[in-house]
Order: sequence, then structure tokens, then C-alpha cells
Amino acid sequence: MRLTGAQIVWESLVREGVETVFGISGGAVIHLYHALPDYPIHHVLTRHEQGAAHAADGYARATGRVGVCIATSGPGATNLVTGLATAYMDSSPVVAFTGQVATGVIGTDAFQEVDITAITLPVTKHNYLVTDVRELPTVIKEAFHIAGTGRPGPVLIDIAKDVQAAETDYVYPEGVYLPGYTLPEEDASEQIRQAAQMLNEAQRPVVIAGHGVVLAGVEDELLEFAEKSGIPIVTTLLGIGAMPETHQLCLGMTGMHGEACTNLALTEADLVVSLGSRFDDRITGPVGQFAPQARIIHVDIDPAEIDKNVPADLAVVGDLRDVLPALIPEIEKRDHPEWLARIQEWRDETAKRDIVGKETDDLLPQFVMRQIWHATQGDVIVVSDVGQNQMWEAQYFVHHRRRGLLSSGGLGTMGFALPAAIGAQLGCPDEQVWVTVGDGGFQMNIQELATVAQEKLPLKIAVLNNGYLGMVRQWQQLFFEARYSGTPLLGPDFAQVAKAYGITGLTVREKEQVGPAIAQAMDTDGPVLIDFCIVQEENVYPMVAPGAPVHDMIRRPDAADEQG
Amino acid sequence: MKYTLVALMENKPGVLSRVAGLFRRRNYNIESLSVGHSETPNISRMTIVLHGDDRVVQQVVKQLAKLINVTEVLDVSSQPAVFRELALIKVKAGPGVRSEIIELANIFRARVVDVGAASLTVEITGPETRVNSLIGLLNPYGIDELARTGRVAMVREMNDNSGQAAYL
Ligand SMILES: Cc1ncc(C[n+]2csc(CCOP(=O)(O)OP(=O)(O)O)c2C)c(N)n1
Ligand SMILES: [Mg+2]
Repeated sequence: MRLTGAQIVWESLVREGVETVFGISGGAVIHLYHALPDYPIHHVLTRHEQGAAHAADGYARATGRVGVCIATSGPGATNLVTGLATAYMDSSPVVAFTGQVATGVIGTDAFQEVDITAITLPVTKHNYLVTDVRELPTVIKEAFHIAGTGRPGPVLIDIAKDVQAAETDYVYPEGVYLPGYTLPEEDASEQIRQAAQMLNEAQRPVVIAGHGVVLAGVEDELLEFAEKSGIPIVTTLLGIGAMPETHQLCLGMTGMHGEACTNLALTEADLVVSLGSRFDDRITGPVGQFAPQARIIHVDIDPAEIDKNVPADLAVVGDLRDVLPALIPEIEKRDHPEWLARIQEWRDETAKRDIVGKETDDLLPQFVMRQIWHATQGDVIVVSDVGQNQMWEAQYFVHHRRRGLLSSGGLGTMGFALPAAIGAQLGCPDEQVWVTVGDGGFQMNIQELATVAQEKLPLKIAVLNNGYLGMVRQWQQLFFEARYSGTPLLGPDFAQVAKAYGITGLTVREKEQVGPAIAQAMDTDGPVLIDFCIVQEENVYPMVAPGAPVHDMIRRPDAADEQG
Repeated sequence: MKYTLVALMENKPGVLSRVAGLFRRRNYNIESLSVGHSETPNISRMTIVLHGDDRVVQQVVKQLAKLINVTEVLDVSSQPAVFRELALIKVKAGPGVRSEIIELANIFRARVVDVGAASLTVEITGPETRVNSLIGLLNPYGIDELARTGRVAMVREMNDNSGQAAYL
């Protein structure tokens, strides 16, 4: 079959099972767009290439399938970078296509030429510059394989403009030949046996469940493991949903703004088992003081994560899909009554000190999050942005379903939520998708409201509007003499903005309007934005101060008064 | 401590910048890096000398191995291996000191590869320590130009002669 480079791209995407792509056209991808209408692929026009990259990422996170985005050369390509870096940090499978200037002028500073493979080198799992159309099918096949297997990640394919127009005989390869790309294949049974022994001997064990559990899709196995071993599970931000937060053994999110009981449990633990988490500094605090009494078992698919941050006493390199089923039969049925009782004391104390139970007429963000949770029963996909709003979401929305929370963890990219939710909604058309976002982050990709309207996506968007870059303001309040330098934020009337895009817009200023507004949003078929004008200077607690060990938390200052 | 790694990689465009970029991004302290063809067509061989502790070096090995185009990484630091470097040294050599310099070169089994009116160019191959010694001795004459390749390494075949060969 003779095909042009442009046709090869689409034909190969169809063969990879791709149904939806996100992108923006331009001179260097005009051949691609010219060929597109002949293929059964839905192209979603975002309003900024960053939006396209986040949408592809959100699609991937929600579905587990590879997300695809497209941009033209030069500024189109550079606009993808934040989105690729976000996907890279969170191990999300994305394939990005960019147009490049024609092979004859590469290197001449031609119009809209940038060396995007060089620029994205450190934020992609791999990338390609294609200057010969005959290589294109192999490159695409490899890109999907690399993006989606092992520890997933973004792969970029930069295709010179003349390559898109050139013709060749098309054969899509059956497999890949990548001698330098190996997946863990070593037999880990000895390490698994040792891990089981350490687990069986432990008196105060804790498991940290990370994004790897979600990526591997072993939520059922984790539950079985927890119930058999009796070991309490804490999750990272991206591990939320790995274990139902409604389960007695799930203690919730750990780390800088984690549940106090999780940080205390890790500090007193005699065994910490990380399943698919990379001991990020937001989880550990200073590594020298992390889990000081514990032996560490680190299970990861990526050998380079072992001993990177926290040295492991036992490393198990492997896919959790293999490791957990092998581990479960080896462990003893235990209950850990004393350890769990001790943890329960901390939990009760946490509930009293850190949960806002305050009788107040103020519109508190925590209350808004709780109400959204109550109204939706947690049976929705939440896509959260970055900042205080992200932490309130993680703390006050109780996640019981898998892949129920999508958020930018590693890079902490403001502006992620709206475009990522567009991807999630397109990937999961039958799910209700909520966006929870701050007034700052929302304005970073607010233009994607146009995409929401054009695609008629029934997103429910909750803006937690505190008039500040709130998380930074909180740091200024606590650590920088309350000098609110560069953090007050004048926003537009978000409901009016929504209406201008043809989206239902509501404004909520009073506590009693919260429930009805959420109900109205859920009853509306199309997209709805609710601007929650929350109290301006609310803080996220508990908080581990930067540089402090995790058990040393700043707690809610007014808790004692409230509880009287 | 000083470590020596050998990495084999597909000879594809950009592979060098991938490796160099990795070292910079992860803040590894590289002393030298030398690359050329290996015995296999389309596979290049790189020798990397770096400073760090054992943990850092294990990280480097694993991060390098993660690069898609890198097919093999070996830490040869603690293995019996031949380490060699080549240097070209252009040293000021007026008529009065020329024979002294040639004599020095001979002692080091270095070769004079270019003779000019005011300088000599000496080529030396050997372990870095030997290269360093010769450079040290030539320094007082005035070195106009110096080009060093960085270390290349090869693990010895283990046999009874290997111990002796180490001193060759
Ligand atoms: C793209 C980007 N720029 C800057 C930051 C630094 N930052 C982290 S949180 C934050 C404030 C976020 O403000 P807002 O979106 O209003 O959320 P809030 O904290 O008020 O809930 C900032 C500026 C970031 N994470 N991402
Ligand atoms: Mg804000």
C-alpha cells in the first residue's frame, strides 16, 4: 500500500486503537490535517497546545490507554513542553506528534524551526526526529510501545514537513526491535519470599501505595493484600484510588498535607513497604529522618527508582501485576490489633484536630469539597488542579473508586485540571467528570472553556475562588512574615466568563447555596461552572513545614477552641 | 572516588546528547567521556569516568541503562581492566631543549609526531598517570596546546598472564 507520511500517521494511529486526538494545526502539520478527514479519528481542537498535551495526559490517566496530541513546529511544539513534563513526572503514557520544518532547511533557523527533540529530551521517555518517510511506521510502533509499557511516559515524534508529503510502501510492523529497552524480566521470587518474611515478622508495618498501583491496575490485589496482611495502607496523592478510602485499613493520603495519622504511623513503623511510589520529597521530608525505625521494602518496575531517594533494605524490581499475586500467598493472615489500635488513636485525634467541624456561616472550601463528595457519592472522576484547592480536594473528597482522582503530582502544574478533564471526559463519556480548581490555576488554561463548549462536554467545574494564589499566600503567612507579595489575584466574574462561552455559570457566596448549586450542576445536561467565593485566607492543615520531618506537623490552630 | 563505566549504545543521531544531557540534568560529576565505534556495526562504545560514591554510580548505571538507545552499561571500576588514554602535546622546543624533550618522550615511550621551528608535538598513550607525569615534566618548557582523549577501558580476559600484563 502506497501512503504519504501523513496518511501513515493516521493509519498507524487507527491500528493502535486511537480514537481521539488533541491538537492545533499549523504550517508544519498541514499535511497531517489534510489527510485526517479520511480516517475514523476524532480530532479535538484545543485552544492552546498546552491544553492538548494535558488533555492527552488526562485521557491516558482516565482510561489507561495512550493519549495522543499534535502540534505544529516552533511555538506549537514549545507550547507542548509543560504538558509533556507533567506527563513525564507522573509516568503518564502520551504520544505527541510535532511538525518540523522540511529536511532541507533543518538547522538553518527556518521560520518556526525549533529543535524540539533537544528541548524535550529531559521531559520525555524517548523522542524521535523523522527525516525519512520509510522510518515512520517503525517509529510510531516503537513510540506506542515505549509510552505504554514498563513505567509509562510521554514519547514525542517530530516529523519533517516534507516527510509528511512523501510516499512510501506502508507496512505496519508487528513488533518492535529495541535492544536497549528491556522490561523487568528477572525472576524476583527470591526477593518476594524475603519480602513476605519481613512482612510476616513486622510488628508495625505500613504500606505506601503509589501511582504504580493505579498504572498497573492492581487495586483488587492491593485490597486482598491489605485484608490478608492486616497492614494499614497510606497513599501518595497519585495513589489515591489505589485503595478505597472508605476501607478501614486505608488511612488516606500521606505527606506534606497528608492525614496526620499517616505521617505518625510512618514515623513509628518498623517496616515500610512502598508499592509503586518513588519516595518523593513531598512524602518523605528530609530522607535521613524518614521512617527512622523502619526497614524499607521498595517494589518498583523502574530499577532506577531503587535507592534513588530512600535506600531500600530489600528491593523488588518488577511489575506489580506479577509481584502482588506472587506475594499474597506467601504472607500470613494477620490482624495487628495493637498497631491498628494505636493508629486509631491518632485517627480520632486527627479527626478532632484537623477536620473542620466548625459551626460557621463562612463559606469554607473544605465544606464545598465535602458537599461535592456527598452529592456525587464519590462516583465521579475528579480532576484537581494545583494549590490549596488540590489539597482540600484530596483531604475532603473521599475517593473510593479507582482512577477517581486525576491530578498533577510530580510537576504540580497549575492549569492542568481543565484540559486534563476534557481528555478524561472524552475517554470516559459515560462518567461524570468534575474539575476542582483555584482561581489562579483556572486562569492558566481558561481558554479551554471554548473546547468544552465546542465538544459539548458536560464537565462540572468548581472554582474555589479565594482571590489569591492561595498556597503561596499560605507559605507567606506561615514562613515569610505574612508579606503577600505577588499573591493577591483579581479574577474576572467567572460565571459571566462561562456564559460568554455558552456554558452555564453560577456564583455561590453563601453557605446555603452550595448544595443547591451542586445539585443544579448535576441535573444540568451540559457543562456548568460554579464560582465558589470562599473565605480568602483559609489554610491547608496539617502541614509539614518544608525541611521538617513528617511527624512534625503544623496543626489547625483553632482546633482546640472549636472542640472546646 | 573515581569510577569507570563502559556503555554500549546504538549509533543513532542524538544519542550523544541524550547521554550528555542525562549527566547534566542529574548533576553527575563527569571527568571524561570518550566515544567511538565498537566491534559491532552501528553500536558505539563510550567510556565514562566519573566521581561519586557507590550510590551515585549505581544511579548513573541505572539511569544510563534506561535510555532507550543504550544497550548495555558496565561498571568496570573494580574489575581487572586496561585503562588507556591518548594525548597530543605541543610543547615549546627551541633548538637548545629539543633533544632533552625527545629524550623525555623516549623514556615515556611517547612519539614525536610533528616537528616545527619552535615546537614539537608528542603523542603518548598509556594510563592517565603516565600521561600526567609526562605532561608534568613537559610543563616547564611551555605547553602550547594539549589534546587528551579521556580514558578508554577494556576488561581483561582472566588468565594467568593478566596480572603481568597489567604492567605492560
Ligand atoms: C504553572 C505554575 N506556576 C506556578 C506555580 C506555583 N504555585 C503553586 S500553588 C500556587 C497558587 C495557586 O493558586 P490558585 O490556583 O488560586 O489555587 P489556591 O492555592 O488558591 O487554591 C502557585 C502560584 C505552579 N505550581 N504552577
Ligand atoms: Mg486561589
